[in-house]
Amino acid sequence: MENLLNIFIKSIFIENLVFAYFLGMCSYIAVSKTVKTANGLGLAVIFVMGITVPVNFLLNKYVLEAGALQWLGSSFSEVDLSFLSFIIFIAVIASMVQLVEMIVEKFAPALYANLGIFLPLIAVNCAILGASLFMQERAYQTLGEATVFGLGSGVGWFLAIVAIAAIRERIKFSNVPPALKGIGITFIITGLMGIGFMAFMGIKL
Amino acid sequence: MSKLSKLVTDPINLNNPITVQVLGICSALAVTVKLEPAVVMSLSVTFVIAFSNVIISLLRNTIPTRIRIIVQLVVIAFLVIIVDQFLKAFVYDVSKQLSVFVGLIITNCIIMGRLEAFALGNKPFPALLDGIGNGAGYGIILIIVAFFRELFGSGTIWGLQVIPQALYDAGYENNGLMILPPMALIVVGAIIWIQRGSFKSLQEK
Repeated sequence: MENLLNIFIKSIFIENLVFAYFLGMCSYIAVSKTVKTANGLGLAVIFVMGITVPVNFLLNKYVLEAGALQWLGSSFSEVDLSFLSFIIFIAVIASMVQLVEMIVEKFAPALYANLGIFLPLIAVNCAILGASLFMQERAYQTLGEATVFGLGSGVGWFLAIVAIAAIRERIKFSNVPPALKGIGITFIITGLMGIGFMAFMGIKL
Repeated sequence: MSKLSKLVTDPINLNNPITVQVLGICSALAVTVKLEPAVVMSLSVTFVIAFSNVIISLLRNTIPTRIRIIVQLVVIAFLVIIVDQFLKAFVYDVSKQLSVFVGLIITNCIIMGRLEAFALGNKPFPALLDGIGNGAGYGIILIIVAFFRELFGSGTIWGLQVIPQALYDAGYENNGLMILPPMALIVVGAIIWIQRGSFKSLQEK
């Protein structure tokens, strides 16, 4: 339990996908003009990450890893399919996104109205694939750890995009040099926020 | 200037994928601590963009529009797996440094963006040139950022020490902040500032 909490806090603050690894920067910059849309995209990311990371974890553990196919019989124990992981992960993500989109549209129209347009965008959000690849690289041991890591990374991303959207809403009224307006100043602010987030690095869990 | 050569030269400055189209930033920032991984990354991305552009352009009349995203992802993932295996075989150290970011070329928005915006509507040869141009535009920014980060962060260029030992003896210190993630954002912000300062047409209203 303590371990799970540890992974959760770590993935939100210390190893924040945006500030420490720059993942999902494209949509982070493109969709952060207003807090409302940032909220929608952030929630959709938490949602999709919370689903795809555990699914990819199971695939990695029982299909892709070296020796993962042992459950099929001892003759498979030498098979290593890990070179296929990129294509499998991205296929899972793309199909999951499609599936989630259909389910949400059918059963929760109100939620669909809010998240709907963001879901297709997510298939190519590097943060989602990044979370799965980090899950594989850091070799989390149990399904619980992988799920918590997925959710935590999603929450961290949500936090980052909502924060920058709020700042951008205010900065519209400030006197920014013309050449820096728009994305220039957004980059610099994100850099400063990243420096701020580095304060969390001192936390030992 | 002829139309074809414009396809290559445009993305290098006035339509740069990173500073103007704001695509593919995630990987651009994360691999720029040192010059060597940045160059390897630029070459890999150029290879993937150019060939996926050609393949999609060849297939453009046969892909049903509804499933084009999945088809594109499969083509890209296939090329990225080739790049990944190649890097692992020939430059293992660099491939270890790049870690998950090779895999993240799949979700690099530049590639998807070029496929959607260009390859789906053009013949293979222009698509190839467009891919090379965008890859070069991406590479140039990466190399500029990596050059400054490596120079000020570690005092080296391509692993060779360029700041003389006498300067260190006199009390000069490497700027440790330069090798941390947030400085990449600030350096890119500064490049955008300089570029938009000198080309007024790029400024946002």
